[in-house]
Amino acid sequence: MADEVKKEAPANFKVTIDNITVEVAPGTSILTAARQIGGDVTPPAMCFYSKLKGSGGKCRTCLVEVAAGSTADPRPMPKLVASCRTNVMDGMIVKNITSERVQEARAGVVEFLLINHPLDCPICDQAGECHLQDLSYEHGKEGTRYEFKRRTFEKEDIGPYIQLHMTRCILCYRCTYVADQITDNRVHGILDRGDHAEISTYISKAIDNDFSGNMIDVCPVGALTDKTFRFKNRVWFTKPVDAHRDCDKCCGKVTLWQRGDDVLRVTSRKDEWGEVQSYDSKPGWICNTCRFDKKHAKDWVIEGPTTINRHSVISQGHYLGLQKPKETIAEVMGGREPKLLMDIHGISDVNKVELSELPGPATSKTFTPAPKGE
Amino acid sequence: MGRKLLLDKAHIENIRLYDVYRREGGYRSVEKALKTMSPDAVTEEVKKSGLRGRGGAGFPTGMKWSFLAKPEGVPRYLVVNADESEPGTFKDRYLMEFIPHLLIEGMIASSYALGANRSYIYIRGEYAWIVDILEQAIQEAKNNGWLGKNILGTGYDLEIYVQRGAGAYICGEETALLESLEGKRGNPRIKPPFPAVKGLWDCPTVVNNVETIAAVVPIINEGGDEYAKIGIGKSTGTKLISACGNIKKQGVYEIDMTISVEEFIYSDEYCGGIANGRKLKACIPGGSSVPILPANLLLTTAKGEKRMMTYESLAEGGFATGSMMGSGGFIVLDDSQCVVKHTYTLARFYRHESCGQCSPCREGTGWMEKILLNIENGKGKMSDIDLLWDIQRKIEGNTICPLGDAAAWPVAAAIRHFRDEFEWHITNADDAQRRNYGLMHYADPLPPPSKGELAGVK
Repeated sequence: MADEVKKEAPANFKVTIDNITVEVAPGTSILTAARQIGGDVTPPAMCFYSKLKGSGGKCRTCLVEVAAGSTADPRPMPKLVASCRTNVMDGMIVKNITSERVQEARAGVVEFLLINHPLDCPICDQAGECHLQDLSYEHGKEGTRYEFKRRTFEKEDIGPYIQLHMTRCILCYRCTYVADQITDNRVHGILDRGDHAEISTYISKAIDNDFSGNMIDVCPVGALTDKTFRFKNRVWFTKPVDAHRDCDKCCGKVTLWQRGDDVLRVTSRKDEWGEVQSYDSKPGWICNTCRFDKKHAKDWVIEGPTTINRHSVISQGHYLGLQKPKETIAEVMGGREPKLLMDIHGISDVNKVELSELPGPATSKTFTPAPKGE
Repeated sequence: MGRKLLLDKAHIENIRLYDVYRREGGYRSVEKALKTMSPDAVTEEVKKSGLRGRGGAGFPTGMKWSFLAKPEGVPRYLVVNADESEPGTFKDRYLMEFIPHLLIEGMIASSYALGANRSYIYIRGEYAWIVDILEQAIQEAKNNGWLGKNILGTGYDLEIYVQRGAGAYICGEETALLESLEGKRGNPRIKPPFPAVKGLWDCPTVVNNVETIAAVVPIINEGGDEYAKIGIGKSTGTKLISACGNIKKQGVYEIDMTISVEEFIYSDEYCGGIANGRKLKACIPGGSSVPILPANLLLTTAKGEKRMMTYESLAEGGFATGSMMGSGGFIVLDDSQCVVKHTYTLARFYRHESCGQCSPCREGTGWMEKILLNIENGKGKMSDIDLLWDIQRKIEGNTICPLGDAAAWPVAAAIRHFRDEFEWHITNADDAQRRNYGLMHYADPLPPPSKGELAGVK
């Protein structure tokens, strides 16, 4: 009898997101419902992290338009709402990519996030798996309208394994929730307010606990980086494999990032949305021993290659419907292929050689003056 | 001569002391409410009065009270928002400094209506001396049996605590205030849930402005219907206006909401006209975050009607040609003032006070400030004006709390109504460093904007 009662779950809510209807349990947020549909319909989320209680609502990238509140009250909501923190109602109609208002607001948020971001992707360890990179490719403009000095902070070492580079931070607060919720002795939080607010530890104290490394995994940008991996390699040159070991502190299920047989980096396993995977409905956070100390393939039982999700740069060949940027370089060169990089830089002027008039590729002889007397 | 309900006894010497206050008829409303009325009857009376929140949004107080969730066995709280930090607003300070017992009296009656046994006054940190005044008043009330256990033998218990803020404007936002009161960092919460359901320590909470709570006293004394007779339409009762800027008599005035803006500025009873024989250029009628209005639109609405000092009339025309009653911080600018510099000052304030939680406000307010500083210093470009417009549009409505809107509106309104002054600042950069734009052509009096213009905005 009790079992029968249990099966009668409360009626599901029907919610329509961008003309696709999905049934979800009451109490689901719009973002979670959209993730059930997946694909382009899902709003991007920089601060929301389903495994961290209280996260979300801050970055405003997941804003959506609610065209009808519910069947009972079909009035539209006047403002755009943060989909990560707004729960669905039965009969709700949500517009994400079909709403111009949303696209405009999102482009605005991306612009705001980028005006003080250093854009040092070429030297940033997060490049290739950075959510802000993905977001700006999708919604950002090609140039910036910001003409002022960007905000900078000193780099800070928090603990022996983690470096905090506040200049890159977008203040999503995820790491403070990690420090708060999965570790003891909270010493980590926000100092100051407004545009000079910064993530820090109280009086630059080191964060010293077994699960602090998870802050690196939740950071959507390169503000928190793994010191054992800093500048070792680009993400897209390493190959990820799933591996596990018996660990008495954590689940021991990880992704190894290898180059050859060297294990360059260990992270927790991420799901499609860049969040840590769950095992037995518990988030698979990993401990610092697994993350920082077990850097040999022999420490691990290798399961096989990791399934790569759309967020990773190594999946670039697997994107469906990818639009390649228009090749304009040929047009710039007057209809022919560029011969050398020097073509573009105009170094030929220095050597008094008009590269475009050469019949074939330029060689070293092209620039050598002819010997006298010949 | 308008009616005065809150400040009619403010001039009496030592009214801040209990004995004088009681002799002048103080605490009558508590006696009446606790002894002869049920809590619901008090709420009903407030509903009838049509009292609207005096903190800025103008939400009907009685309705707010009736939204309060009342689950069994869960305490409820009344929190008085005395974190008055809006530039140009200083009405609550006057009220608390001179007649603190009026607030305490209102709090007892309101707490009784809401069923709260603990009430808090969250006061701005800079009002340090007022904390002492309030605490003395609370002590006096306690000594005379108006607070504590079993008040007036009715079995109703109430304690009032005063909590000082630490100097953040954002803590005037109700959910940030509650966070701060709980001892956390004063970041606004994401709504829903609203405080009426989950407020202080996750319990149902009502947050009201000082003046709103003080207005409960005359409502109970005279009855809600009597109170509702004062004023025009849905703007009932009296409102404290803190007038400042280039007027002859700055100060806190209590108006019954029946007078016109023109009368308020020029009559000797109130502001006494523009100081030093200058001319009215612009005015911010409700505290720094509401849209600024040029003189012509301030005195008459776009329809050509006289603008009154009421919630509806000040908002007439929406943001295209109107403004808001806001918190009643009435800032008057004469023709010697520079709107660009003024807007920059406000933008600097909002950048400084943004909590930094959500990105549009954190990044956008600083950006706007820098652009405005450039224009003010004669380094602006024409495209900056459109850029400012675009930035404010992307902040407004996209933030967690209303601070983003409050930062966007003044900039939007300044560009909307004073675009020529911004342009003059850019094209005559050198001139702009030496002299002000003055009145030029747009100020008082000017025909209302054409219909085409109105259709374009909002």
